[in-house]
Amino acid sequence: MPHSSKNITLTLGPVLFNWPVEQWRDFYFRVADEAPVDRVLVGEIVCSKREPFFTPHLPDVIERLEAAGKTVALASPILVMNKRERDAVDSLFEVGYPVEINDTTALQMKRDTAFSVGPFINIYNEAARAYFEKLGASHICLPGELPLSSIEAIAKDANVPIEVFAFGRMPLAISARCYHARANDLSKDSCRYVCSEDQDGMDVDTLDDDPFLTVNGVQTLSRTFHNVISDLDELAAAHVSALRLSPHSCDMVEASNLFRLVLDGKLDAEEANDRLAGLVDQTFSNGFLYGTEGFKAEGNLVFS
Amino acid sequence: MTTETLELVCPAGTPAALHAAVDAGADTVYCGLLDETNARNFPGLNFSAAELEDAAAYAHKRGTKILLALNTYMRAGAPKAWYQAVDIAAHVGVDALIMADIGLLEHAAIHAPHIRRHLSVQAAASTPEAVRWYKDRFDVRRVVLPRVLTVPEIANLITEIDVETEVFGFGGLCVMTEGRCSLSSYATGKSPNMNGVCSPASHVRYENCGSRLVSKLGDFTINSFDEGEKAGYPTLCKGRFEANGKISYLFEDPTSLNVVPLLPDLIKSGVTALKLEGRQRGRAYTEKVVSAFREAIDTAAAGLMPTTPDLAVFMEGGKDTTGAYRKSWQ
Repeated sequence: MPHSSKNITLTLGPVLFNWPVEQWRDFYFRVADEAPVDRVLVGEIVCSKREPFFTPHLPDVIERLEAAGKTVALASPILVMNKRERDAVDSLFEVGYPVEINDTTALQMKRDTAFSVGPFINIYNEAARAYFEKLGASHICLPGELPLSSIEAIAKDANVPIEVFAFGRMPLAISARCYHARANDLSKDSCRYVCSEDQDGMDVDTLDDDPFLTVNGVQTLSRTFHNVISDLDELAAAHVSALRLSPHSCDMVEASNLFRLVLDGKLDAEEANDRLAGLVDQTFSNGFLYGTEGFKAEGNLVFS
Repeated sequence: MTTETLELVCPAGTPAALHAAVDAGADTVYCGLLDETNARNFPGLNFSAAELEDAAAYAHKRGTKILLALNTYMRAGAPKAWYQAVDIAAHVGVDALIMADIGLLEHAAIHAPHIRRHLSVQAAASTPEAVRWYKDRFDVRRVVLPRVLTVPEIANLITEIDVETEVFGFGGLCVMTEGRCSLSSYATGKSPNMNGVCSPASHVRYENCGSRLVSKLGDFTINSFDEGEKAGYPTLCKGRFEANGKISYLFEDPTSLNVVPLLPDLIKSGVTALKLEGRQRGRAYTEKVVSAFREAIDTAAAGLMPTTPDLAVFMEGGKDTTGAYRKSWQ
């Protein structure tokens, strides 16, 4: 059925960066109180070394979000390698909340816990989507590099909500190696948590000083902010039913307000894009949606 | 599951390379069809259905196994090429399919259940649980491990699974977890998962800039070389970039994986098979690298330390690394 963008819900993805724990907690408290998002994902998914800082504050954050009527799910790590990390994944299924699964390790451990599928599980086609529906997934967020044509082919006959990445630096890669440590002549084991110095990740430029990528510890992201505010009609027509906003240090409450206003037909996309540009002093892109280079701006999107 | 040697799994991008690999002592050869169903979807490379049939006959006559890589993710709304490839594999009688896509694994398990299923490195199964999930669901018989684990981690993993393991031994080195990397599509619009290419040659340019030679991938400068400095191919993650106020090979130096020094440890760990990368490489590469690894494996299997062969000419930047197999790499 053709969707109206009014029915599209907003999801706030997990914080990918290593923020000071108080800032992290207060960010979620403010989201609970003010942001028009329907679903919120919490948990450290990039680096297991950071996890002990945030876990003690999770109960307070979840309680606050739930009291505000948000649906809360725990996000599982992207890359799991050792016993300690495996145990941490296993323990996610004992908390009593739904889990967004980002790796097949978690899939094998899930028991009867309600689960959704995160963007780091490779669902590239309708056959894989149908397989996860059979397994009981309640919600699927697709990989970021998929073009609109693929999104539509996957979403049109889906029985569960299909979500796409909508705003923020796009996660592009994960590694066993920590590039934040490497850029500081440190090893991952003795990293001194240097990634905490960059709220939105560390800039990586080409030798011509062109902005290129962003490093967040073991993760590499786009330098541009993926932004689909100009593509909401196309996404609705492709049967997308949820959009993922990825937390950055900019005003995410205002960013989610702007997305909600455009989805509800109360603000036009051009005006919203201008206001988003005022929040984020970064170049916008949506090339992945159009099957071209991810860093490019296509359709009606204004480059910056 | 323990072995006393390693099955040598070798790349073949063309029928000529396949003959070379078989003749040089490969236990197993892997190849791909002429389309986007495999992750070396390069011009001038790969096999038609008829060539694959001839290749299988050549290999099987000499006791060599042949595997078909169907290791890209099926295009949404257009799975036909991948399903046809499974039919071709069944007709030709390949010994196993190498796959990562969950939809394709399910299709192959239902429609061609008699062909062994190997889990591609592109599925990045890095834990016993991940491996068991694919084993329980699709009865995969072998898993190609992602290049993120150390040798001791691999040894531990093997004690917890009842599936064969295959690890990379030589050649191009992904520094990002395989199958979970969109760097190439960010810069070029073409990705390993969807198009079977990474940093594709169609987007590569070399420009003279004064006395320097600059290598570009799409719009981005990946490296710049002094006069006389050897200019390498601009693989995105092996470029020179600026971060934290300094210029460096931030992700990885131009280098190739080479595990010869670790062969005794890998055998001791119970790894089943050793895979050489390089379906895109020529016949000379195949001959030399396969022969060198045949000898090194046989030496290690006899309980001796193999001498490291001189394969520098086949290495990126003329240098090698043991990559993630040693913890210090992280």
